[in-house]
Amino acid sequence: MRPRPALAAWLGVAAALLAIGPLGARAATPQPQTSLSEISAEVMCPVCGTLLELAESPQALREKAFVSRLVAEGRSKDQIKDALVAEYGTEVLALPQGSGFDLSAYLVPIIAFVIAVIALAIGVLRWRRAGDPPGGDGPARPRGPNAADSERLDADLARYDL
Amino acid sequence: MLAVVGLLTFGLLSKGSSGIAVGEVAPAAPLPQLEGGGTGSLADYRGRWVLVNFWASWCVPCREEAPALEQFQKRHGNAGFTVLGIDSRDLSGDGRAFVRRYGLTYPQLRDGDGATAHDFGTTGVPENYLIDPDGKVRLLVRGPVNEEYLDGEVAPLLPGGGQS
Repeated sequence: MRPRPALAAWLGVAAALLAIGPLGARAATPQPQTSLSEISAEVMCPVCGTLLELAESPQALREKAFVSRLVAEGRSKDQIKDALVAEYGTEVLALPQGSGFDLSAYLVPIIAFVIAVIALAIGVLRWRRAGDPPGGDGPARPRGPNAADSERLDADLARYDL
Repeated sequence: MLAVVGLLTFGLLSKGSSGIAVGEVAPAAPLPQLEGGGTGSLADYRGRWVLVNFWASWCVPCREEAPALEQFQKRHGNAGFTVLGIDSRDLSGDGRAFVRRYGLTYPQLRDGDGATAHDFGTTGVPENYLIDPDGKVRLLVRGPVNEEYLDGEVAPLLPGGGQS
């Protein structure tokens, strides 16, 4: 017995829906873009005053749950940090921001390094110039014995009769 | 070298806070409302007695004192007195859930970054400050309050001895 055309069409639609179903469900489930461990290494527990990843206080556990929920929703790291700042203010960020006064945290070490390199270069130049003979351009060269030294050396050698 | 010393000095000065003492004027910076939009401030209550209660939803003693504060508000809250909750360093969603769970009816502000708690010089939560109509601190309790304390120490200072 062959199925009727209408029944066959309905069976086809049902089969298609069954095939699409899991794909649709997967598409609706957000994919995590970051992780709790990644975020908690870069934000603070404001009450504890330590990195969130090191904190186990009740407040830290609430904060970790908040981050985990946002991670599961598929939020990006920046979005989650923004959400934390909205809740706790900028002090929740463990890393200084790249603007305003916080920028000095990145600039000061670079400026200090450049100043140190310049100071070292100037010091090396002065040290090398101090070793140069007066008026000479090149480095100081070892000098041989003068006439008095040669006479004294000859006298000593003659005295010991080697 | 000068820059390093300057940064260290700035850090020490910005971190250091001795807080307020009894008799001093309480900080009154505006804060967001915990529920709904807009802001509120202790200055909005000038002319009234205000019991400022710093709390957080994750704080166990705060849960224990919340019913006593609500009862006190129901008995004494009027045009001359209110309890004012300040949810400090807490997630706003958790704070709102806390208010619903304990049926708190007194006004609530939100101090997410703890700046106001810092200005008061709190050392944790809960802490309670009774502010007089001139905005000065009259009582300070570092820790939870209970009905006995509220009835014995706070109520007698209120207008009409707390009889509402």
